[in-house]
Amino acid sequence: MTSNLAPFAIFYAGALAIFLTQGRLRQAIVIAVPILGALNLFTLDQSMVIDGRVLDLTLSVFKADRMSMLFGYLFHLAALIGGIYSLNVKKSGELAAGMLYAGSALGAVFAGDMITLFVFWELLAVTSVFLILARGTTRAQSAAMRYMLIQVLSGVILLTGILLRYAATGSIAFGHIGLDGSLASLLIFLAFGIKAGFPLLHNWLTDSYPEATAGGTVYLSAFTTKVAIYALARAFAGTEILVDIGAVMTMFPIFYAVIENDLRRVLAYSMINQLGFMVVGIGLGTDLAMNGAISHAFNDVIFKGLLFMSMGAVLHRTGKINGSDLGGLYKSMPKTAFFCIIGAASISAFPLFSGFVSKSMVMVAALEGGHPWVWLALLFASAGVFHHAGIKIPFFAFFAHDSGIRCKEAPTNMLIAMGISAAICVFNGVYPWALYSLLPFPVDYAPYTMTHVLTQTQLLFFSALAFTLLKIFHVYPPELPGINIDSDWSYRWLLPRLARNFVHTFAPLDRGFRQMFRNSVTVLVAVVNRHHGPQGVLARATPASSMVLWVLVLLIAYMGVYFFT
Amino acid sequence: MSEQTKTDVKKDEKKHVFDNPKNVKRVIHALYVACAISLAGDFFIHRHAEHSWEQLFGFYALYGFAACVLLVLLAKEMRKVIMRKEDYYDE
Repeated sequence: MTSNLAPFAIFYAGALAIFLTQGRLRQAIVIAVPILGALNLFTLDQSMVIDGRVLDLTLSVFKADRMSMLFGYLFHLAALIGGIYSLNVKKSGELAAGMLYAGSALGAVFAGDMITLFVFWELLAVTSVFLILARGTTRAQSAAMRYMLIQVLSGVILLTGILLRYAATGSIAFGHIGLDGSLASLLIFLAFGIKAGFPLLHNWLTDSYPEATAGGTVYLSAFTTKVAIYALARAFAGTEILVDIGAVMTMFPIFYAVIENDLRRVLAYSMINQLGFMVVGIGLGTDLAMNGAISHAFNDVIFKGLLFMSMGAVLHRTGKINGSDLGGLYKSMPKTAFFCIIGAASISAFPLFSGFVSKSMVMVAALEGGHPWVWLALLFASAGVFHHAGIKIPFFAFFAHDSGIRCKEAPTNMLIAMGISAAICVFNGVYPWALYSLLPFPVDYAPYTMTHVLTQTQLLFFSALAFTLLKIFHVYPPELPGINIDSDWSYRWLLPRLARNFVHTFAPLDRGFRQMFRNSVTVLVAVVNRHHGPQGVLARATPASSMVLWVLVLLIAYMGVYFFT
Repeated sequence: MSEQTKTDVKKDEKKHVFDNPKNVKRVIHALYVACAISLAGDFFIHRHAEHSWEQLFGFYALYGFAACVLLVLLAKEMRKVIMRKEDYYDE
């Protein structure tokens, strides 16, 4: 039997059910929806297209191919893990938002045309913002507003691009677009770029993700940016400039990550770094590179989710997340520490862990494609990833100096969610062929060659050596309370001040103008009053008798004139 | 790897692995050994190299080490320019 239910519909219905239920039943729904969704996806007729007509446009709400199916499975998996992790959440709003958000991501990857994509693109923003608001702090509130503004802006740019493209080509198809020099393609590229975290457009991510709830950040890390990667892979594969953009994305965040104190913000920066590898892969556009980008997106959702979960558990138990406040937690939370280290090994691409089998595909493709400098940058970034995500995160949270904090181990549901992710990280690392068989292009790549294992081990061990020596000789920068300004400085500091300066400069001028206007009105009123007022010449009242007299005078004068002529 | 010094948390608390400085030393020494072994691998394994830089002896080890040192030193300098108080945006 084949199903013909669009995947997002199950999640939207699930969100409604969450609102209507509570307690155990609600928990059961949170887990059941992604599982039912995945079963539906298995039995789905992949050649099926669900069409609908709006005005004179035919929209396809569902269209599947190998790439969208892979992302479809991934998002179901992420929703399941995120759901289990959030089971102890009491607020139905947060759980429902997570469910709607996952559904919107599914809607976007199965969108058959650009208008449908746009609708889900905006829904991604609108549904996910509640995961940030649910934190309940004022900082979270203002971060959520900035997040919302930028996400919706990305949607507006996307829609403008789609409409321009429709006007020029008459097509709303969601296929390869490429940068063809037209404004439409540039706008669509830019809209995708905002959500993919392109340099200078990236700051919404590092600003908002660390402000969300423990579970909220896990959801956030899975969907928005990966939908953007999917969209780029579909529409801009082989676009040369993506190689350079991606290389910059791998490089600059690692510097921020080294000096950042909020450990979830460190992970947000390292996320941009990982997205950079995918963007490079999409830019290269060869089969190997595309496979690398997409399999790395898969692995990143799992291991980055795992790292965010471990830090979320720390936040949940201690109420703290700054490196300067933490340390020594391996004593209280040994299981969380263990799972965190598995996530760290995976993102660092240790042999036998998931990052090892996907990231290297992009790097080999960069060399084969004749980009040795990009390859060097990626290699630098790989060492850097190990440094800030692989070592710094577990080290400052669970080891380093003992902060004296003693707390309980993470709740069971969180441990289960972390355990599942950790198992997938190891499974994909040890047996990558299951993931490879789902990739859109045939895989002709062997990750476990002597050379690859040896070189990667050398790179990582000597990076660790550098960290250790820098730490021993006290060169390593200590964790300090404080924030680091990034491109958000332009709209959080500069823009308000420019606006204030503008007001300061123009307020007196404006006041002068209005005073002048008021004065001229007063003068006008005075003039009118003089001529038309009670004493005015033109408004003086004259008695009827004097008029009769004047009529008489005129008549006599007329008669006189008549008589004498 | 850790510098475990603070032991005044609770007197009756059970001793943990890294409360003993010897264990920290052991981890660090294990790392030195691992580095040495992996570097020695370059003598015995003929690496398949895509690019001429890769063929240099110990290229990956040296590059990884230098990259991390450079990363940390540059990031430290960066801190002087971009670091602000925690309430920088709140005023």
